[in-house]
Amino acid sequence: MASTVLTDARWITRGAERISLSRFLLWLSPWAVLLAVGVYAAALCLFYGLNQTNMDNRFAFGLWIFLDLGIIALGAGAFFTGFLVYILKRVELKPILNTAVVVGFICYSGAVAILMIDVGQPLRAWFTFWHPNTHSMLTEVTFCISCYLLVLSLEYIPILLRNRQLRRLPSFLVFEHQLHKLVPVLAAVGTLLSFFHQGSLGGLYGVLRGRPFAFRDGFLIWPSTFFLFILSAIASGPSFLVLIIATVEKVTGRKLVPQELYRRLAFISGVLLAIYVAVKCIDTLVWLNYTSPAAGFAPWQYYQHKGFGTPILFAEIILLGLLPAFLLTFRKTAASKPWLLTAAAMACAGVLLNRFVLTVQTLALPTLPFDDFLQYTPSWQEVASFAGVIAYGVIVYSLSYRYLPLFAAPKGRDSHVSGN
Amino acid sequence: MSARYGMVIDVDRCTGCGACMMACAAENNVPALPQATARTGLTPLLVRKVSNGNNGETRREAFIPIMCMHCEHDTPCVKVCPQQAVEVDEATGIVMQMAQRCLGCRYCMTACPYHARYFNWWDPAWPPGMEKSLNPGVAVRMRGVVEKCNLCHARLHSAKEKAAVAGKREIDPADYVPACVEACSTNAIHFGDLGDANDPVSKEAHSPQAFRLLARLGTEPKLYYKSNEAWVRALAEPNSPQASEVQRG
Repeated sequence: MASTVLTDARWITRGAERISLSRFLLWLSPWAVLLAVGVYAAALCLFYGLNQTNMDNRFAFGLWIFLDLGIIALGAGAFFTGFLVYILKRVELKPILNTAVVVGFICYSGAVAILMIDVGQPLRAWFTFWHPNTHSMLTEVTFCISCYLLVLSLEYIPILLRNRQLRRLPSFLVFEHQLHKLVPVLAAVGTLLSFFHQGSLGGLYGVLRGRPFAFRDGFLIWPSTFFLFILSAIASGPSFLVLIIATVEKVTGRKLVPQELYRRLAFISGVLLAIYVAVKCIDTLVWLNYTSPAAGFAPWQYYQHKGFGTPILFAEIILLGLLPAFLLTFRKTAASKPWLLTAAAMACAGVLLNRFVLTVQTLALPTLPFDDFLQYTPSWQEVASFAGVIAYGVIVYSLSYRYLPLFAAPKGRDSHVSGN
Repeated sequence: MSARYGMVIDVDRCTGCGACMMACAAENNVPALPQATARTGLTPLLVRKVSNGNNGETRREAFIPIMCMHCEHDTPCVKVCPQQAVEVDEATGIVMQMAQRCLGCRYCMTACPYHARYFNWWDPAWPPGMEKSLNPGVAVRMRGVVEKCNLCHARLHSAKEKAAVAGKREIDPADYVPACVEACSTNAIHFGDLGDANDPVSKEAHSPQAFRLLARLGTEPKLYYKSNEAWVRALAEPNSPQASEVQRG
């Protein structure tokens, strides 16, 4: 009697080698458990309210906003790669375009999901579209992120429709072909939207006149953090892609992209990071010497609290800014995989630290003379909800990697990268 | 009607009894939340105890009631609200919070330098029977929205209605007095029209003893404090070295 073996071979891209379905399901199972825990924690927050978190009236924003800002910055690789490929015609980056779109889609959809838990009245989210306050940075963020998530979805659909079985449906094939023709337009629209929402996320805190630690002068209606967030996002996005691709190569045991592409991404990231660090230095000096004293706050006040002294500023600008910029830019260090990955991780950590400082440290610092420096520890529901988003990301990426052609070789060039 | 309602709080008169906080809670249907902490409770008016930082005979203490300062210029909370749930009433200068439109994003709370905005972390609830004592003129706020002092806006409505019935266009100032002002046993809280140069409160706000918290931020708060003590007046500056303690009255 012949045994029936469950297989999904006919769904896998022709020519691509993948592990067996049972091993794949085994890989997914811990992530599925983590996702289930995250969904449970999120459900608690939605059902019982935000009293399930450890946020309070002073720490009105917490872990979720910090990590949202972080993953949106790291997800910038999606729009920036599209911009480089379709607008600046850097076709050598085309092999990683699909994976950049999937990573971007995961980051943005995950961030939007968390934002929906983070607001007290999620069912009123549409009010922002109906009664928009055009002076609010959050309005701009809401509009741009919603629109950009739609754009990312439209960019993801053609990749999805390239699945071996879905391609057999003529209507899907036509739809994919038509959508594919739109991709350069979507990349341009995505670039515009992303520049604005990355900037607006920086502006969220930069406009807070009542929080002199975060408040910055700027240009017209935009505080300097608007431009710094754009720069840091496009600097860290390629580094995050380097980390993701290297991790996928490690996990799958396959070479997915040529070494030269790593070096190219590292160089782009390094140069942009160096520009960011230079602008950040100027901004910090202006803030320390002019903006903050003008509001009545001496800069030393910000750095006198244990654990939040000047080393955090040094780490943000030099250790996790200037240093990785050098390591990523120089050919010798960028050619070495360990150095490259270390530098990329440092660049990403630097951007995360910047988001942490601007969100959490800003709220921890006192403003009134009789206020105290406060501390906040997220509740398990906050941590689990975000862990659920990470699990969701791993699952979506794993499914995409298994069933979709994520690492296409550029046209006219033989694919020497096997395993896709 | 055009006014710029504001307050002058005489810090030297405040005994920290907390009657203003109780009156505020009763007037505005602030729920009793036994599960709340000092950081998650609803206190649209919070009396805070401060000291000059000294010990022994030279130690001095004072009480500073903190509430929405109804900032007039570049109002931080109004500017950031994504869906216009916060606005400055041009007729009164009162910063209004529309709970029914609030998304609960809490961006306004991060924007407020005075920490005078509060989030409803729990469903509103009262001990059995106490709901019968709720003020019918004030809507209870639901879980998940932000609230703050609105200078007892329901009382302003009542005063307007009374004036309308009497065929007057302007309200009688005596008909509109916030609950905290009414409840203060030492007459430390003075309320009036800062836009009227003849109003005693307006004159008081311009006295040498008057000061505003974080005035250098440039938000033009309409809540003034006054004190004959130099160390209390020094609280106007964020660099003030005074030590702090928090007391919920």
